[in-house]
Amino acid sequence: MISLAGRDIQHALGKFVFTGFGLGLLIGVTLTMAGVYRGMVDDAKVLLDNSSADIWVVQKDTLGPYAESSSIYDDVWRSIRSIPGVARVANVTYLTMQVRQGERDVRAMVTGITAGEFGLPGWPPQLIAGRQITRGHYEAVADNASGFKIGDDIQIRRNSYKVVGITRRMVSSSGDPMVFIPLRDAQEAQFLKDNDAIWQQRRRTGENPNFNRPGVPGLLDAVIDSQSTNAYVNAVLVQVKPEHNVQTIAETIQRWKRLTVYTRSQMEEILVGKLIATSAKQIGMFLAILAIVSAAIVAFIIYTLTLGKIREIAVLKLIGTRNRTIAGLIMQQAIALGVIGFVVGKITATLWAPVFPKYVLLQPLDSIIGFIAVVVICVLASIIAIRAALKVDPAEAIGG
Amino acid sequence: MQNKGIRIEGLTKRYGKGDTAVDALKGVDMQVAPGEVVGLIGPSGSGKSTLLKCLGAVIEPTAGRMILGDEVIYDNGWKVRDLRALRRDKIGFVFQAPYLIPFLDVTDNVALLPMLAGKPNTEARKQALDLLQALDVLHRARAMPSQLSGGEQQRVAIARGLVNHPPVILADEPTAPLDSERALAVIKILNDMARKFETAIIVVTHDEKIIPTFKRIYHIRDGITYEEAGDGVDLR
Repeated sequence: MISLAGRDIQHALGKFVFTGFGLGLLIGVTLTMAGVYRGMVDDAKVLLDNSSADIWVVQKDTLGPYAESSSIYDDVWRSIRSIPGVARVANVTYLTMQVRQGERDVRAMVTGITAGEFGLPGWPPQLIAGRQITRGHYEAVADNASGFKIGDDIQIRRNSYKVVGITRRMVSSSGDPMVFIPLRDAQEAQFLKDNDAIWQQRRRTGENPNFNRPGVPGLLDAVIDSQSTNAYVNAVLVQVKPEHNVQTIAETIQRWKRLTVYTRSQMEEILVGKLIATSAKQIGMFLAILAIVSAAIVAFIIYTLTLGKIREIAVLKLIGTRNRTIAGLIMQQAIALGVIGFVVGKITATLWAPVFPKYVLLQPLDSIIGFIAVVVICVLASIIAIRAALKVDPAEAIGG
Repeated sequence: MQNKGIRIEGLTKRYGKGDTAVDALKGVDMQVAPGEVVGLIGPSGSGKSTLLKCLGAVIEPTAGRMILGDEVIYDNGWKVRDLRALRRDKIGFVFQAPYLIPFLDVTDNVALLPMLAGKPNTEARKQALDLLQALDVLHRARAMPSQLSGGEQQRVAIARGLVNHPPVILADEPTAPLDSERALAVIKILNDMARKFETAIIVVTHDEKIIPTFKRIYHIRDGITYEEAGDGVDLR
């Protein structure tokens, strides 16, 4: 038996391809939406991977520096370092801000790392150009997504930094490129007040009789000094020696230091489960709506194509064609339309994904699920047209 | 099955119920022998289409008897379980417009019926090509229906009606869209094929040009048929 659906598609190939192309763009958008979600998850994982940390030590009862504000003293690391099983410890600060370079500015996550000690947690593990930060001040390593180049001068708060190294795929959980600067500079940038605020604070402190007592020389200067330095970081990143259990060390730190501690899996849960959960639901809603719209479009197209063949269907039924042959004709066309649409959608999504400002990760598994979903939607969407076709009275072929 | 054409006895068809019931057929008797072409003529609303639909097993009569070949297919109820197979294998249809399947070429339009009946594609196509040759359209075997003239399309439609060698062909105004010359050519083909394949052909028509060609004519009026001899003009 010849394939009636195949012949019909061959006969109206242009119409089919054109319709499939339109549907394909919609499927492309759907695949891209899934890719945006995957990209967000991947960004979160990349952030954790690139920190090279096994444990995040953060302010008590907070979710850590990626999810909410966290401040701990910058000397906590010393006591953590002395716990058996701890290999390396490093302070780190994170500040998402606009980083200026010439006339333009880029939204970036400025990360303060301990200068001069390559390999500490928090450091960018690999560079694609240049070198790591070696000086204690005014050097920066930037991700290539920021658009900065080696030798660029970038402005963070009041200070200018020279870009000495470039990384790749070093981004925050929201996809912003990371810019690494020395920890001291980052601490200053994080808590820096403007000149007027500093002047006002010094004036108020100077007018406070408790700090300006006769007979206690140097007290006021000591107080003002303490106000102009920042002794806080956002987190302490901990690497555990290979032979030690991460969970055990995390529990030890939590028990003795009155701090909150997260392991890698817990931090991933915070990032993926809490931080991007709303975005994931948002995207999920979009996917559901796009699936419904796709189904409606396929149903409408197939229904219209079927209505255009009512007389032929009546003739086919009159000359003895089985219902399942007619249903197969319509369903195969719907599936063919879906396959054309999926191929077009996959190609377009692959082509336009790199153009998106944030990372779009198109996973093969998503494509397989997408393909199955498209076929199922097409089969379901063809049911309306099949019902219409099966209701056609063969007597319609006979005039009068 | 021995081919004895088609015989109808006391066929009635009532639409609706109670006060609104309409008797479209009021006891139609008709017999068409194998190899014979008869005309079925009547004004609009006389019951022609209803009779054709009953004969084509498309609608169910209310009462009566229909015998196709030597098989009783209707006797106050269908005696055949699979009406679809009955239409496919034992009744050929030729319509007012050719109604060829636009996405199949000429050969496959004709070969579709044997394929639907389960014949292998090559055998079905050979059967189709033989008929196309007999109907003098073999040279258009690979053409699509839209590439054919009206007369060629109607010949292909006749080939489709004949391809399963049914004992009866129902032709519903097959010459309506054709000019006189082509209309007579189609009737000649139907006569030739009826003789060649021992098929009974019933031609429903309004067409004054072809009425003189029938040897026997059934007039239908208000659901009742009247038989009369036709002129039987020789088309050779």
